[in-house]
Amino acid sequence: MGTDSRTRIWWALAGVVVCIYALVPVLWIVSLSFKTTDTITDGSFVPRSWTLDNYAQIFSLDLFTSALVNSIGIAIISTVLAVVIGTMAAYAIARLDFPGKKTLVGVSLLIAMFPQISLVSPLFDISRAVGLFDTWPGLILPYITFALPLAIYTLSAFFREIPWELEKAAKMDGATPLQAFREVIVPLAAPGVFTTAILVFIFCWNDFLFAISLTSTSASQTAPVAIANFTGASQFAEPTGSIAAAAVLLTIPIIIFVLLFQRRIVAGLTSGAVKG
Amino acid sequence: MADIVLDHIVKRYPDGTVAADDLSIEIADGEFVILVGPSGCGKSTALNMIAGLEDITEGELRIGGERVNEKAPKDRDIAMVFQSYALYPHMTVRENMGFPLKLAKVDKEEINRKVEDAAKILDLTTHLDRKPATMSGGQRQRVAMGRAIVRSPKAFLMDEPLSNLDAKLRVQMRTMVSKLQQRLETTTVYVTHDQTEAMTLGDRIVVMRGGMIQQIGSPETLYDTPANLFVAGFIGSPAMNFLPATLEEGVFHTPLGEFALTDELRGALASGNAPRELIVGIRPEHFEDSALVEDHQKAHGSVFTAQVEVLESMGSDKYVYFSVEGEQAVSDELAELAADAGTSDVPGGDSGTLVTRLSSASTAREGRPSEVWVDTSKIQVFDPSNGRNLTVRDAATVAGG
Amino acid sequence: MTVQSRATAAERQQPSQGPTKAQRSDGKRAERRLGIMLAAPAAIIIVLVTAYPVGYAVWLSLQRYDLRFPAEQSFAGLANYGAVLSSSYWWQAFGVTMLITVVSVAIEFVLGLALALAMHRTLVARGLIRTVILIPYGIVTVVAAFSWQFAWTPGTGYLAALLPTGTAPLTDFGASLAIIIGAEVWKTTPFMALLLLAGLALVPEDMLKAAAMDGAGPWQRLTQIILPMMKPAILVALLFRTLDAFRVFDNIYILTNGANGTGSVSMLGYNNLFKAFNLGIGSAISVLIFISVAIIALIFIRLFGASAPGSDNTGKR
Repeated sequence: MGTDSRTRIWWALAGVVVCIYALVPVLWIVSLSFKTTDTITDGSFVPRSWTLDNYAQIFSLDLFTSALVNSIGIAIISTVLAVVIGTMAAYAIARLDFPGKKTLVGVSLLIAMFPQISLVSPLFDISRAVGLFDTWPGLILPYITFALPLAIYTLSAFFREIPWELEKAAKMDGATPLQAFREVIVPLAAPGVFTTAILVFIFCWNDFLFAISLTSTSASQTAPVAIANFTGASQFAEPTGSIAAAAVLLTIPIIIFVLLFQRRIVAGLTSGAVKG
Repeated sequence: MADIVLDHIVKRYPDGTVAADDLSIEIADGEFVILVGPSGCGKSTALNMIAGLEDITEGELRIGGERVNEKAPKDRDIAMVFQSYALYPHMTVRENMGFPLKLAKVDKEEINRKVEDAAKILDLTTHLDRKPATMSGGQRQRVAMGRAIVRSPKAFLMDEPLSNLDAKLRVQMRTMVSKLQQRLETTTVYVTHDQTEAMTLGDRIVVMRGGMIQQIGSPETLYDTPANLFVAGFIGSPAMNFLPATLEEGVFHTPLGEFALTDELRGALASGNAPRELIVGIRPEHFEDSALVEDHQKAHGSVFTAQVEVLESMGSDKYVYFSVEGEQAVSDELAELAADAGTSDVPGGDSGTLVTRLSSASTAREGRPSEVWVDTSKIQVFDPSNGRNLTVRDAATVAGG
Repeated sequence: MTVQSRATAAERQQPSQGPTKAQRSDGKRAERRLGIMLAAPAAIIIVLVTAYPVGYAVWLSLQRYDLRFPAEQSFAGLANYGAVLSSSYWWQAFGVTMLITVVSVAIEFVLGLALALAMHRTLVARGLIRTVILIPYGIVTVVAAFSWQFAWTPGTGYLAALLPTGTAPLTDFGASLAIIIGAEVWKTTPFMALLLLAGLALVPEDMLKAAAMDGAGPWQRLTQIILPMMKPAILVALLFRTLDAFRVFDNIYILTNGANGTGSVSMLGYNNLFKAFNLGIGSAISVLIFISVAIIALIFIRLFGASAPGSDNTGKR
């Protein structure tokens, strides 16, 4: 009994350390976001006086609200498209024989490792030439591309877990390959598709390099870029409070996903990697 | 409904392995045919080729007289039951069974009617709105059968459909499958590795080994006149005993003593210049406690005495295991059978054990010698070099090798 | 019973003697068609958004192309590469990037392994811990970087408050690098831990019990059994993270913006494009980064052997 409860205490302690590790930087930015202008430079971890002014202020800035709209819109559209395209490709890779399959697998592996900066200069030039610079599609396209390897790996791992016999049964029941895919496989892969969507959304939501390189105005600038460019309400005010408030807003969706779908995110992150 | 003809079918994979070698089987309309053999013998490949799930490398497959090699599974109008049942987990029982009809664009009312008819036959009526995950193995198996029968296909293909059930349920379901097939009179090809299932279910059995057909015939034919050592050892439980034998001046010298040849055997062996070293096969039931054999019967047999190793009383009769001195029968077929069965129950016994089935009145006791009579008129004689049964003169039943 | 059909079948077989290509049935052909159909959108977008631009980047890198003087665009051969490779800025950035990569991945591996072992063994609040560590993984890098920046900003930060007055860590080369590495480690250790945890789950419990019975202590079990068994997972985790760390940009942009020589190669490329507007030089840097990444990947793939994830096709027949 003695040793048992003692090990439990040790584990509990380790758990507390992990929680502190993960949460302190987040709590710090939350704390900053609630500090008043007078106390923001007091260096205290907990606000001495609380205010919602910082939040009110960033929503009064068109710059931030439009950036938030851009972020949400671009991330959602990219996610939907990447997941749809990725689901199709992942199924083909996991289950069908077709020419060029190995190349596709190889190339998407390559993209997963690709340094984004290497694409920034040509994409910057190309997107200006074809009129995609500083537009939603101009960001959505690279997001889809860089999300595809992630989507394809996660999803093909899910597809591989679906027993082959189900497709064989569907074929025997009179289904074409497309019907077998649509009626039997897609419904079964739904959890995997959903998981992938979360991961892809987090990826798009997180991006900074493409966003800062391929946008220039509020027409398509996303929230991370807007925050990085904050200068404060007036030229004398430090933008710390506004940045903190905006940062908290950007973190909320992530926290919600993590709380609701912890299990799925972990499964998705590790599914492709274990087999390697 | 239709007949199915496999006409010299070959399956060769790109890496060169041959999974099916020159298979020719004619399955009559309404017939129940079993493909049986150890794992890797090509039976599942054969079934998948009939289904259209695997391409045929050479030869022709005809269903109802029509060549179907190039047809997709969906265009062959065949239903299949899988070992894992392959029920769609996201659909209810009703939707599972109705799925083939839905794909065939049958109207809703008709689907419902047919599903309910099938459910009645299979005793699933009360489960129609459940999901497969909530059902027992036996129930799932019945749903899989139901999905096959609703659309009245030309043929049923069954790939070890009972293997995932426990022993007791398997026996019950075996009866059900048999009754169902008789009732529907649909051509059925059934794959199993279990020879008991094969013997009890099939009109005809196809025994396969290494991608080749060893013998095709009714259960009785396979049992009484196996074409070769492999079939002899595979069919029957407990398996046939194999003993090395030397033929000298019309007499077999075996570890059990000398057997005189019957006239029939003498004729068979004389015709095909048989070697002098042979393998003799004797089924367990062709032994009897010599005290229980009438004198006039004893005349066409031989009596020997051996030590009883193990005795299993089954009530109706006794399985008595004797230790036999001397060398063992050796052949490739026997080695493969032993590997398939796991060495413990090798036919003929790896440690020289002889399995006999004696009447329950036998007085044999463990650890004591016992006098046993063997009916030499029932013995089978095999050529060790190629496994052929020299007792069977009609070689036409032996296909392939 | 099969004898009578043998002759006719042999005749029928006549045309298909010789080395015949296996006939393809309707089913297989439909499968191929569907495969191409389903893979096409992904392939097209990959070609449009990466393959073509990569080629274009290589072409640009061979051009003299300054956006301030677009009229003077001309072929420059390898001059841009010469300019980059002979510049101290490139080597400074390259050294910084390598330093950040090696140090942060090493720390992440040790911490991540410890975290993975803890998560694997813990009896207390397993779900809670897994949830909590996903927050650093999921949080926007820019947000996290601001949190660190403010924490170390004199006057504002709770961490800066712990330092002697007058020190401003983010204006000092060494301290800045340490903070950048700290921010990277904080954010990505959980990801590393999850990948390692997945590998850890593949080590059979019985094997560890057997090793314990054979007299192996905890440390020996870790080094003799667990780590060798986890090798594939470790390689994947290290590969992912190394390539990812080499591209470090967001954290540096926010924390120091490359001041005091803390810029990474990605920062250098970015600045040449958007501060100096030199597409030719910027592209040459891009290509060089790509080559560096390819070399790192090749080294890892050497360690992997031939097995690329996702290429297996077992269970098909």
